[in-house]
Amino acid sequence: MKILVCITHVPDTTSKISFTDNKFNSSGIQYIIGPYDEYALARAVELKEAGKASSVTVLNVGEADTEPTIRKALAIGADDAIRVNANPRDAWYVASQIAAIATAEKYDIILMGRESIDFNGGLVHGMVAELLGLPSVSPIMKLELDGTKASVAREIEGGKEYLELETPFVAGCQEPIAEWKIPNMRGIMSARTKPLKVVEPVNVEEGISFVSFELPPAKGACKMVDATTPEKLLELLKNEAKVL
Amino acid sequence: MSVLIVVESVDGEIKKSSIEAVSYGALLAAKLQVTPVAIAIGVQDQAALQALGKAGASKVLAVASELLKQPQVLPYASAIALAATQEKASVVVLPKSTFSDTLASRLASKLKAGAVTGVTELPDTSAGFKVKKSIYTGKAFTHVEVKSAIKILTVAKNAVQPKEDGGAPAIEAFNPSIPESDFKTKITKTEKASGDLLLTEADIVVSGGRGLKGPEHWGIVLDLAKELGAATGCSKPVSDMDWRPHHEHVGQTGVKVSPNLYIAIGISGAIQHLAGVNSSKCIVVINKDPEAPFFKAADYGIVGDAFEVVPKLIAAAKNYM
Ligand SMILES: Cc1cc2nc3c(=O)[nH]c(=O)nc-3n(C[C@H](O)[C@H](O)[C@H](O)COP(=O)(O)OP(=O)(O)OC[C@H]3O[C@@H](n4cnc5c(N)ncnc54)[C@H](O)[C@@H]3O)c2cc1C
Repeated sequence: MKILVCITHVPDTTSKISFTDNKFNSSGIQYIIGPYDEYALARAVELKEAGKASSVTVLNVGEADTEPTIRKALAIGADDAIRVNANPRDAWYVASQIAAIATAEKYDIILMGRESIDFNGGLVHGMVAELLGLPSVSPIMKLELDGTKASVAREIEGGKEYLELETPFVAGCQEPIAEWKIPNMRGIMSARTKPLKVVEPVNVEEGISFVSFELPPAKGACKMVDATTPEKLLELLKNEAKVL
Repeated sequence: MSVLIVVESVDGEIKKSSIEAVSYGALLAAKLQVTPVAIAIGVQDQAALQALGKAGASKVLAVASELLKQPQVLPYASAIALAATQEKASVVVLPKSTFSDTLASRLASKLKAGAVTGVTELPDTSAGFKVKKSIYTGKAFTHVEVKSAIKILTVAKNAVQPKEDGGAPAIEAFNPSIPESDFKTKITKTEKASGDLLLTEADIVVSGGRGLKGPEHWGIVLDLAKELGAATGCSKPVSDMDWRPHHEHVGQTGVKVSPNLYIAIGISGAIQHLAGVNSSKCIVVINKDPEAPFFKAADYGIVGDAFEVVPKLIAAAKNYM
């Protein structure tokens, strides 16, 4: 049972977002493994530790600056890593790279986060699955394996749906699919020497392009209502904000 | 040529977000001078199908297949791709949801289409085809040019005003032949809080945070929500501690909401929570700490103890609403 976990390299959730000359301003930004991807990785490592998976490979489509993020994934417990040496232009581009690798390597399960937290597309898992002719499920919050049979729980609006499917498949993950894993010293040490293969991208035709970026308009001041007269709030919501 | 709009339903009932998507698709079709066609899977009720005409669809493809009663990504993607080809769709529009994102991605691959999820406005078609979408979980926006012949968009809440002035649509049965291999995943069980307003669809959301101190105090959140006709949400620690179910967790790693009114009670306003609510039209914060960061993101605020303020607010709402 070979598992591939695809990870994004994204700004920390506390980052202040800004753009200079129509480009993301990365100065002072801390990069992390996408939180949803990290849950996927943690589940893959749990499955390996439980003897249900034989190997966990991480894959990132990114330029050389993503390597510290990939090493962190190795420290968390992946066995080896692949970096496709390219700027992850858009979902279709990334999905095509993942599918190219997966066609050659034949993974039983391909996991990733439900969406990246930079472009919030939520498209890559479905595209990879369609390119490989596999089923896909997302967002899943539980994944159990019994041989080649998987049971998953998928979040739906207002509840959960339980599904069964056979490997191979692709899944988009979210919490609480696994316990959050903090790498230990041994993990960090061994991550330095685990294999990290760099491969060149395949060519992909451009379907979309990001033309420009902007920030949301600044919020006005917050109007305070006295705690002893909360009925004033209802009046303001009705007559001023017109939302009641 | 057409704009094909995918209609999502729950137990045969059309979701509000789909009515918005149909309105969006109809306005877009008018812009492109093509026909707005809706595809509704698993909706039997004729009045409900007629309502899609009111929202702007001039034609409705009704899929009645028993096999497709429950939403499943693979067979739905096949059915919609067939409909897109039959109707010569240049754009496929879906309401944004966790289901439709996956659907959109499979359609994109099948139709060799560029896809953009969560668009917040009608496209700018003055030169090319540009759409606006929120990125970095609401902290920024981007304008995306879609260059492919077929385009796929999932539409965020409030992207357009729902239309109600459309006419009677032509309703046609549509019976796609779905390959056997699309039924590889089996739904074994569904758990749903029945009768509750869907968090993503609600116009008003009342959320509680760790400041409420325990699940036994949730009564005031539920009561206020009931008085206002609101859905209920919570912060991440609240669902982590199992005070509330996981699907109520709002924020960066949970549900993103964009109601007209978001009321946060005893939530500090951490940046990851704000990421899930910052596209709300109006935000009200009730917190005992005047320095709580949430006030900076709020339109209205009350500094006070939730256990005193909220019951008063409930009483006032009873008289007021
Ligand atoms: C990667 C990552 C992702 C995350 N994703 C999310 C997410 O999606 N959603 C999310 O919510 N969080 C998320 N978090 C957690 C986030 O950082 C905060 O820890 C969390 O939002 C805090 O929840 P809270 O406001 O309920 O609790 P606290 O921060 O503990 O705030 C409680 C608030 O209640 C107030 N209070 C206390 N008593 C009363 C009273 N009697 N009356 C009125 N007010 C009172 C306090 O003044 C305080 O402001 C994430 C964190 C990380 C690192």
